[in-house]
Amino acid sequence: MVNSKDHWKAWLYLSPAIVLLLIFTVWPIINTVRMSLLEGYSGLKAASGASFEFGLGNFVKVIKYRKFLTCLQNTVLLCLWTVPISTILALLIAVALNSIKFLQKALQTVFFLPYVTNSIAIGMVFAAMFNIVGSFYGTENEIVVTAGIINNIIEFFGGSRVNWINYGSTYTANMVVMIVYIVWNALPFKILILLGGLQAINKQYYEAARVDSTPRWRVFTRITVPLVSPMLAYVIITGFIGGFKEYTSIVGIFGETMGPPNDGGRLNTMVGFIYDSLSNNSQGRASAAALILFGIILVVTLINLWVSKKRVHY
Amino acid sequence: MKIVLENLTKIFPSRNKKSGEEVVAVNNFCFEIPDGKLIGLLGPSGCGKSTTLYMISGLQKPTSGKIFFGEDDVTELSTEKRGIGLVFQNYALYPHMTVLQNILFPLQNLTGADKLSKEQMLDRAREAARLVQIEELLDRKPSELSGGQQQRVAIARALVKMPRVLLLDEPLSNLDARLRLQTREEIRRIQKETGITTVFVTHDQEEAMSISDMIVVMKLGVVQQIGKPQEVYDDPANLFVANFLGTPPINVFSGRVEGGKLFIGDDCVLTVGGLEDQEVTVGIRPEGFILDENGPLTCHLNNVEVMGRDVSVVSTHPASLKPSVRSIIDADDRSGLKGETVRYSVKPHKLFVFHKETEQRLAFEVK
Repeated sequence: MVNSKDHWKAWLYLSPAIVLLLIFTVWPIINTVRMSLLEGYSGLKAASGASFEFGLGNFVKVIKYRKFLTCLQNTVLLCLWTVPISTILALLIAVALNSIKFLQKALQTVFFLPYVTNSIAIGMVFAAMFNIVGSFYGTENEIVVTAGIINNIIEFFGGSRVNWINYGSTYTANMVVMIVYIVWNALPFKILILLGGLQAINKQYYEAARVDSTPRWRVFTRITVPLVSPMLAYVIITGFIGGFKEYTSIVGIFGETMGPPNDGGRLNTMVGFIYDSLSNNSQGRASAAALILFGIILVVTLINLWVSKKRVHY
Repeated sequence: MKIVLENLTKIFPSRNKKSGEEVVAVNNFCFEIPDGKLIGLLGPSGCGKSTTLYMISGLQKPTSGKIFFGEDDVTELSTEKRGIGLVFQNYALYPHMTVLQNILFPLQNLTGADKLSKEQMLDRAREAARLVQIEELLDRKPSELSGGQQQRVAIARALVKMPRVLLLDEPLSNLDARLRLQTREEIRRIQKETGITTVFVTHDQEEAMSISDMIVVMKLGVVQQIGKPQEVYDDPANLFVANFLGTPPINVFSGRVEGGKLFIGDDCVLTVGGLEDQEVTVGIRPEGFILDENGPLTCHLNNVEVMGRDVSVVSTHPASLKPSVRSIIDADDRSGLKGETVRYSVKPHKLFVFHKETEQRLAFEVK
């Protein structure tokens, strides 16, 4: 126990961190709540001396806003697709990596590369891969001369090319590209965590399973998965949190239009909505949307924790 | 089911490829384990006893030699198909399953003709639990059990599928002294009740001696002696075996045979026949000493440890190869322990003579 006389010392040592936290974390949170509760709050108007009424108007406006619903739908859809797919893929890859000795380190590095690569750069590469024309910003009248590598592959196997992301592409095609991209981008971190979890499993459980003539799939479902379930829960929870904050990946592929040239904003997300509101000087609306996003993430995380309490072993 | 080990050898390749030194973990092990017996593999760490066990289990492949279960050659058979039960040193109970689920697990893997219905499985699991007396713990998780209880669950899990052979790797090493005593009797009881041929590994000679039908003493991969515990104790093949068995351990002296007399230092302890004149090593069991005022062996008395029924006398002798000479004598005789010296005569059948270099036992007649 620290002597009460020395408390001031403790506070002194903590002060740099506390000051920074107060300025850059605590105050912004409080201010966000304040702005969200001032109807129609705008930084510009506030600077010119306008006053705002206190109320829930910002929230109502945000929820009724059609653009917001699109953003919410996009975000939720992306989460529901990418988190399960990337988690299952990551688990399979991690198990495969864990069971080989030869080239394990080399392949580990290969799988980890997306993690250390800039996501905008990756996005641009993906955009080029899924492109149907030579240029990125296609228009109606543009002549289709080259196809991206994905379409080349599809054509090689006898399929017809798909308009993935260019002018006139469908929402489904856009989403497929986004899902592939986000899954690919999310894999390295998940593989890393799951591989760590797998390597921490005592080999004797597997020897015991062999002695008991356990079939392979049963070893996987009854021993491996339960024993990495804490890591799985962690990966899923952080996956959802990351998924709800999706933004840069869309910018990476579609640019700031957040959609194909003929329908900008079609793929916008929650964070994108907040960002747009800020650039429109509608800080009140942005704050309300931010708090709604916070609420959603909180609820989803609570559900995750509740499920994992029942499902995650020890 | 008898187990036959035929010239069983395991060589581990060297870790360092340049030096190329291989490690011979088990060297040319031949032994027929009789059906329904409890066999203890005994030796200090690194003697190859666990490797032998894991080769019997199939988790490790022998470099050469053969293993038979009954008449079947199982050398190339994988662990899954050997039908063995194995209890690991740390039990390896699946931490996320309850005790019942752990015991059921091997049964749920059975396929084809052996497949059981749910009720049959439960019956078998309950029966196994009853055998090891853990029926009231079936709903607990392994982490909620004591070491001794976990150990019983591990045995139940190994027994539930009625294995042809039961293997135990250092089954008692994680238990405290009191529990160890209790559990080793349990293992003996369960083995007798089931009649399954059982092999267990231990470095604790007392443990091996107390419950085994036969013990195998190993050193650096080589079998030193095989026999019933008492026989091995009374008739050790070499100095290593004599040294390894018995608590307190045997006393070792440098001695010599001269004209039919056995000398320890300057003390002539026995008149012997059948031995040529030579330098020898002499071993005397602690219980082989008799307090005798006119005895030939004269030691310098250090202290007397009272242990109740017996007393342990700690003394020194110039020819002793160990720091002290320890003898166990009846507590009633301790009045004879006075002054600075203590004199003994020796029980001839508790004295062993070994060749000085080879350390092999040398037979002699008492005259």
